[in-house]
Amino acid sequence: MAATWQFALFICMLLTESRGQSLGSDVTTKIITNFSTRTEVSPDSETGHNSSSEVTTLAIVSWRWEHVSTPYLVALWVLVSWLCKFVIESFPSVTNVIPESALLICFGWILGGIVWAADLQQTFSLTPTVFFYFLLPQIILDAGYSMPNKLFFTNLGGILLYAILGTVWCAATLGLSLWGCQEGGAMGDLNIGLLQYLLFGSLIAAVDPVAVLAVFEQVHVNEVLFIMVFGESLLNDGVTVVLFNVFDAFVKLGGPAINAVEIIKGIISFFVVAFGGSLVGLAFGLLVSLLSKYTKNIQIIEPGFVFVLGYLSYLTADMLSLSAILSVTFCGVCCQKYLNSNMAESSVNTVRYVMKVFANGSETIIFVFLGISAIDKTIWVWNTGFVLLTLFFTLVYRFIGTFIQTWWLNQYRLVPIAFIDQLIMSYGGLRGAVAYGLAAMLDDKRIKEKKLMLGTTLIVVYFTVILQGITMKPFVTWLKVKRAAVAEVTLVEKVQNKVFEHSLVAIEDISGQIGDNYLRGKWKIFEEKWMSRFLLTSEARKKQDYIFNVFHQLNLKDAVGYVDEGERRGSLEFIRNESAFIDFKKKFGDEFSEVLPDIMAAASDDPDSMRKDPVSSVSLQMHEKAMQGTRETEDIDAHHLLQQHLYKGRKQHLHRYSRNHFDINTDDNEVQEIFQRTMRNRLESFKSAKMGLAPAKTITKHTKKDQQQQMPNGKSMDSKNYYANDEGFEFSEGDSASGSKASGGSFPFKFNYKAGAGIENPSFMPDQDPMGPMQIPPWQAQDEPDGTVSPSQRAQVRLPWTPTNLRRLAPLRISNQSNDSFAQADTPASPEKDQKRPPPPPPPHL
Amino acid sequence: MRPDAPRGTAAMGASQTRNEHKYHDLADKSGFSLEQIENLYKRFQQLSDNEETISREQLDSIPSLANNPIKKQIVEAFFDKRNQHHNEVGSCGEIGFEQFLMVMSHFRPPSLKTTEEEKETMRKVKLRFLFNMHDTDNDGIITLVEYRKVVEELLSKSGNIEQEAAKAIADAAMLEVASTNVPHMAPDDFYEGITFEHFEQILKGLEMESRMHIRFLDVDTPTLRCGKSTS
Repeated sequence: MAATWQFALFICMLLTESRGQSLGSDVTTKIITNFSTRTEVSPDSETGHNSSSEVTTLAIVSWRWEHVSTPYLVALWVLVSWLCKFVIESFPSVTNVIPESALLICFGWILGGIVWAADLQQTFSLTPTVFFYFLLPQIILDAGYSMPNKLFFTNLGGILLYAILGTVWCAATLGLSLWGCQEGGAMGDLNIGLLQYLLFGSLIAAVDPVAVLAVFEQVHVNEVLFIMVFGESLLNDGVTVVLFNVFDAFVKLGGPAINAVEIIKGIISFFVVAFGGSLVGLAFGLLVSLLSKYTKNIQIIEPGFVFVLGYLSYLTADMLSLSAILSVTFCGVCCQKYLNSNMAESSVNTVRYVMKVFANGSETIIFVFLGISAIDKTIWVWNTGFVLLTLFFTLVYRFIGTFIQTWWLNQYRLVPIAFIDQLIMSYGGLRGAVAYGLAAMLDDKRIKEKKLMLGTTLIVVYFTVILQGITMKPFVTWLKVKRAAVAEVTLVEKVQNKVFEHSLVAIEDISGQIGDNYLRGKWKIFEEKWMSRFLLTSEARKKQDYIFNVFHQLNLKDAVGYVDEGERRGSLEFIRNESAFIDFKKKFGDEFSEVLPDIMAAASDDPDSMRKDPVSSVSLQMHEKAMQGTRETEDIDAHHLLQQHLYKGRKQHLHRYSRNHFDINTDDNEVQEIFQRTMRNRLESFKSAKMGLAPAKTITKHTKKDQQQQMPNGKSMDSKNYYANDEGFEFSEGDSASGSKASGGSFPFKFNYKAGAGIENPSFMPDQDPMGPMQIPPWQAQDEPDGTVSPSQRAQVRLPWTPTNLRRLAPLRISNQSNDSFAQADTPASPEKDQKRPPPPPPPHL
Repeated sequence: MRPDAPRGTAAMGASQTRNEHKYHDLADKSGFSLEQIENLYKRFQQLSDNEETISREQLDSIPSLANNPIKKQIVEAFFDKRNQHHNEVGSCGEIGFEQFLMVMSHFRPPSLKTTEEEKETMRKVKLRFLFNMHDTDNDGIITLVEYRKVVEELLSKSGNIEQEAAKAIADAAMLEVASTNVPHMAPDDFYEGITFEHFEQILKGLEMESRMHIRFLDVDTPTLRCGKSTS
């Protein structure tokens, strides 16, 4: 950790050094100030070291700081801020007590102090331009995009009430009270009029989503409370900006020019700006959704659209002088559902991650710079009365406002908001960077006390973020606020939830009440009928069902878990194999269950429910993509020879460099080949087993899963035998760790298994030479046409499905009779076993 | 009964006075306020064509129900004697207003004044209602077959999902229940189905008790159609 610290400090020094070095030159200062306002470096400022000295000889290298200074500094500051976060997050015991945002601000103070010490002035500070155009949009977009839509719209009434009325209330009361106090002489001689107080009130009224999220995410309060605070903070940012602009215009007009008409205009403009912004956002959201319907062919940049269009929606709304924040919020809210179903899964994940990177990154930068900005003598004008009264009033009016509104709201809410929740809601009114950004935007020509206001805003921000942030958690614990239930999504819950929702709608229908559920039901129908048709690809529409999605997700999770399990055991090979098997399985699904009815029957205690289920449940689209490969099995003799000898290595990810595509192992032939090798190995080992080459083994595995799997015969032996023959082949760890014991004799084998069936199947072989007479050429193991594939092969196709491992993939193996198909498939091969099925065709070339 | 609700906006009409006594009884039984009962009675008459009882067909033919995938289960629940709390089983052919009201009362929202014990009972009753909806043969266990049926119906309206997928989902869900409730299953055990206790267990996270309710208006529905929905 010390190293990290040193590194961070080093970078700070570097920063200040780069400043100090050319401190004398006026030029660099200009550049730095340019950096902070993010305007282009003007060409005439490039009169640094290089151009000043005359060119007499060819310089091999030269110092060209001025060329890169602006982007360099930006990048360095980003790095420094992120390193701060990194340092902070390395101490979880500290972040448990003090929220991250507060710590970041403290770091900002330290950094600001260093810069100040080096420069004697604050050259870096958060400017409104940088904040509003480069740091804020992605945070809001992320908030909108990851908004729990249903929760949000269910509570929309309350949220709107808090966001609009609450903000107006806070702004008005704060402004009026401060003005009253000034009139009463509590603050000494200040040159602030009523309008300016109202302006100040409006900028400080906004609860900041960045600060609130940073704190509430760590606290985990219940979802209604969370959505209330979060939704309010998100929307009231927009409202505050609008309010600020209206009052700003009033201040510009000046007191006397304001009459009733102007006030009415102001109110109208308030609503036009707010709703207009939301509409712009909705339009852009629909545009993104529509676009994502057709971006199949450019998957690489597909995720980019949401960012570009989201940003454009922000800028467009700003251009039209509508609320940019509301615009980008609703853009995110509107497009999330359609994007998620339209885009490929990898793109969806990309969007999700990149969004978080941007949002989290700029959130970090904002807090650090909030700290840095404070270390500047020039901005501080102290007025104890003003500062303390502002703090007091923001806090008190927040409480009063929340209680009044909640009381009103509770008259109409079905589940009233409890008193404790109201307390937390009031206490969670954290102010943040938006207030600071707005305060920095104040025009100091018209508002004489801008510095005081800016300083006070900073104080309020620090007070709320740091003090309230720190005390929030103990407060929540102490008041026993209902926390969010942290539960894994289970399928059964989702199903029940759906049943439940439909029942509510139905009961409303029957009882003839028009309620929330009724409206939601109607909206669902409308959406299914129209929105989906226009905005979703036909494929996505199919997968749209919620339960189905969860099912799919859970299946994926299981598959991933399965893979992990394999990796943990050290034998990766079976995984590769599996993909080949799954494809095959899907293809043969139907015939398979006909040919091997006895397996199915044996596998089930409950015949009417079992039959085809394992097959249908696995064939759920999971591997559709990879399955083309198995089609062309007949005509590839020569090809296979080549493949076998030219096989490239073990890397699963076959990267070909391409800007347009990112393919992972989609090489059909490779998949094909893996399959063939598996087949060969299996036959190989079978043969060797028959010849008594291998000792019988008992393998006992212990895994987390408790269900026990009994196998009359196993397959690990295959690999063992094979390995025995193939010196120099690395043993997979799973095998060597399995504690195999030789028990003598050749057949029958008895395997005692726990949940590990299928894992030790090292069917994918790295390069190997064709070996002697035992070797069966791959094409011969496989090249019969589909219809005549021997049962044993078909059975082998089923291998990887072990119920205990894949709970959901192979549901209904509740009864635990052995049903590992591979084991049974191999059974007939051994002459000592009872045979239920015809033996596999003898391998050729014996 | 519901102190938090504004009352008295729609005063009892003179014609209803003879019903007033009856309403008081029902209000005690079901927990609805008099105004709500009156509203529901109007709705009942409308559905039953002013008859004393209502039949399955009449409920089935409610137009807005047409799109509801589990319409059958819901309608059945109204005729299920278990939901009347008289310790009877089976289903009746027609129900009167009282039965109608009792079923509706499962969807009453809690109020601020509700005590913890009352909440607990409410929760049980609500869960029982849901459970009964699944457990069609009233043996106290939701078997796989019963569960599958519900899931299939549930997915039937989405149209795009094949029956096999629905089956698979039901199976998977069932397996999930089995694995959470009976983690140590002997190899030969067979999970018969979801009992009420298990049902309670799996639905813990959903907080049914605080969500299973709809808004019963105190005043006539048509007059407040728009205003109520947004707040």
